[in-house]
Amino acid sequence: MAGRVSEDPGLTALVARADSLFRDQALATVREWKARTGGLAVGFLPIYVPRELLHAQGILPVGLMGGRPDLEIIKGDAYYQSYICHLPRSTIELGLNGTYAALDGVLFPSICDVIRNLSGIWQMLFPKVLVHYLDVPQNFEPAVGGAFYRRDLESLARALEAKGARPLTDESLCHSIALYNEDRRLVRELYALRRREPWKVPTHELYVVLRAALLLPVEESTPLFAEYLALVSADESRRPQDQARVLVAGSFCEQPPLALIKTLERSGCYIVEDDFVQVHRFIRSDIPAGGDPMERLVTALLTDAVASPTRYIGNGVKGEDLEQRLAGSGAEGVLFCAPSFCDPALLDQPMAVRAAERAGVPWTAFKYAENSGQFQVIREQAGTFADSIKLWSGA
Amino acid sequence: MSPTVATASPAQKDGSQIRQKEMIARHFDRLAAAAETGAKCAYTFVPGNLTELLLSFDVLPVLPEINALQSAMRGKTAEYIAAAEKLGHSEDVCTYVKSDIGMMKSGNVGPTGLLLLSYTGCFTFMKWFELLREEYHCPVAMLHVPYQADGRITDTMRTYVVDQLKTAVIPKLEEVTGRKYDEDRLRALLARSAQAEDNLVWVLQSAKNIPSPIDAYFGAVYYVGPIFSAFRGTTDAVDYYRELREEIAGRIRDGKGPVTPDGDMERERFRIVVEGPPNWTNFRQFWKMLADEGAVAVASTYSKVGGVYDLGFRHDPDHPLETLAEYCLGCYTNLSLPTRIDLLTRYVSEYRADGFLINSVKSCNSFSAGQLHILREVEARSGRPGAFIETDLVDPRYFSAANIKNRLESYFQMLEQKRIGASS
Ligand code: SF4
Ligand code: SF4
Repeated sequence: MAGRVSEDPGLTALVARADSLFRDQALATVREWKARTGGLAVGFLPIYVPRELLHAQGILPVGLMGGRPDLEIIKGDAYYQSYICHLPRSTIELGLNGTYAALDGVLFPSICDVIRNLSGIWQMLFPKVLVHYLDVPQNFEPAVGGAFYRRDLESLARALEAKGARPLTDESLCHSIALYNEDRRLVRELYALRRREPWKVPTHELYVVLRAALLLPVEESTPLFAEYLALVSADESRRPQDQARVLVAGSFCEQPPLALIKTLERSGCYIVEDDFVQVHRFIRSDIPAGGDPMERLVTALLTDAVASPTRYIGNGVKGEDLEQRLAGSGAEGVLFCAPSFCDPALLDQPMAVRAAERAGVPWTAFKYAENSGQFQVIREQAGTFADSIKLWSGA
Repeated sequence: MSPTVATASPAQKDGSQIRQKEMIARHFDRLAAAAETGAKCAYTFVPGNLTELLLSFDVLPVLPEINALQSAMRGKTAEYIAAAEKLGHSEDVCTYVKSDIGMMKSGNVGPTGLLLLSYTGCFTFMKWFELLREEYHCPVAMLHVPYQADGRITDTMRTYVVDQLKTAVIPKLEEVTGRKYDEDRLRALLARSAQAEDNLVWVLQSAKNIPSPIDAYFGAVYYVGPIFSAFRGTTDAVDYYRELREEIAGRIRDGKGPVTPDGDMERERFRIVVEGPPNWTNFRQFWKMLADEGAVAVASTYSKVGGVYDLGFRHDPDHPLETLAEYCLGCYTNLSLPTRIDLLTRYVSEYRADGFLINSVKSCNSFSAGQLHILREVEARSGRPGAFIETDLVDPRYFSAANIKNRLESYFQMLEQKRIGASS
């Protein structure tokens, strides 16, 4: 990551390490972990999977988020028409070029029809790899959707065991839940610090740390978050600037290039709320300890998950979550920032726009692809937007 | 599903078409009179439609996908889509949704009754009804139908759907109608469904004849109309499919080819299997592009979107909720990619097809995401060449007639040359 990070060498070193993990598209870290531990590594696509379950069976959960702009797509384009988002193409490329050879399984959460159909293609292209489609319930009654989700997780645990993972026990699951509670708590703390003092936690830096954590066992990601939180909290060399506080919405699956995030920040925006790398925050608070840990894991999804566009809002009001996040973050504007052809984000956007308008917050919208290289239009759009916010908030 | 517009139906009318038109006219009359009669309506989707359950409550089904395709055939969707895009709906999303939203914004009545969100085989359904609910504040009943990712229906999946019928859908219908669930009435409806399904399957499988008496893609959208929409379980549907079967049997006796926009097909030159929804804005033109080449669709997957009956499933009145669950879980768009490839390969062989056509529709990730892989796999397994064209459902901007015509012409030329090569 070019440019001066901080005057603190410790922070500079940490960010450099996170950046190298973020750029580790060949999953070297995962291979080393497997060689060291003899355990299985199981990839998962966005948005969320219960990593506690994998960890409790001695598995390394590996967050897969498509390819970066420098990934050359050779075979992946032969699988998708022009009007389908880019993520499945780069994912197939990374599968076919051997990058994901270290993965013993891949989980496909039910977030859209593209990921859904990709699970079928993966079964055919990689018959030796365990493929599991995690059909996250859209019924949130414990005895109905909860029971269905629990049976699905139990069948996943059996399949992983048959693949060579440790059997799932209540004891190991309790332990894993505790570890991930701490991991999530630290991410919540980082997001809280960024809301309070966004200059201390530049988003393009936080983003790299969040992405790095997707390749690490929780025993290593937690100390990474803790150290990063301590270093940025203490770093007085980072001073407030006159930037507009914005919430970025719509980037929960195919990821914006890092350069786009930097472009937004350089155009005068403090990103104070976002849905990047949402697995770290999909469950919004601690999963309670004790009792039946599987039931706790299921209940957490039913009752304490993010109101993502991929999740049916049965009883609540569509957009209420966005209004709360706007109020909670003090964002002065919304950047709707969605991948081209992304059904969940783009179908949801008209309702999210209404929520922003109900909250009286200005918004602007643009689309990207994970391999976009040109941000001139976005730079001008975001810059004008930030200027208008600062003008009005200053008035 | 069933384009009932006169200009769109084939040149001459069979008895069954007249009957279908009357059935649909009566249904629209009932819908139009609902405000006065107090009849309840339910907006729902073709895949996973619970028509028998709705009819057992005297609730009238309304199918927005059919509204959208009919608007396309009337040339209205360009205007409706533009209206929706002006309201902020992205040009990248499904045009059924934008057409429905644009239609309502153009002075048409929005949904008044229940939104029965049968969430089967398409992510967009959830957003579509969330959008309608936000606009029209209608009650919604959500039925989440899990995906056959591993190519089979498990007890866990069936139980989950049945539990939702019992705890979410039926209670909401009781609440909206003020009536109690009547299982005996539902059983009677389901028994009639099975009768109609037997005859529908006979009709669809009649395409195994050479020449095929039917077109199993363009023609089939008329044949599946009643069973995919508001009539499955009615005596009307039973009568319709009995009459249709008799007519098709007559065509076989007379050695007739299928009905086409320009009358009966004289000579069947190419038998093809078709995957993917049709284009509705240029439906007749698209049909003619194939019929003019003597190409007849002998099987299609789109005619299975509202239910796959030709693999043996029938509604079972003895297990009413389980059979409705099984039906929802089995719709074509809920099948895994490997299963879809197996089915297409089987159709190519069983219907003695010369090749297959994939009409990849821009709007529909449920169908389209993975069709290029389907193309290669079915070619490899069937040994028959596939054609791949790209259109859209109801957005006329995405039907480039000249381009599609060229592709089809060169494809059929290639099939002809293959045939000559094989016989020399
Ligand atoms: S970017 Fe959107 S459409 Fe594409 S795979 Fe992700 S959620 Fe699905
Ligand atoms: S066309 Fe495809 S994406 Fe649109 S509603 Fe139908 S199944 Fe869903």
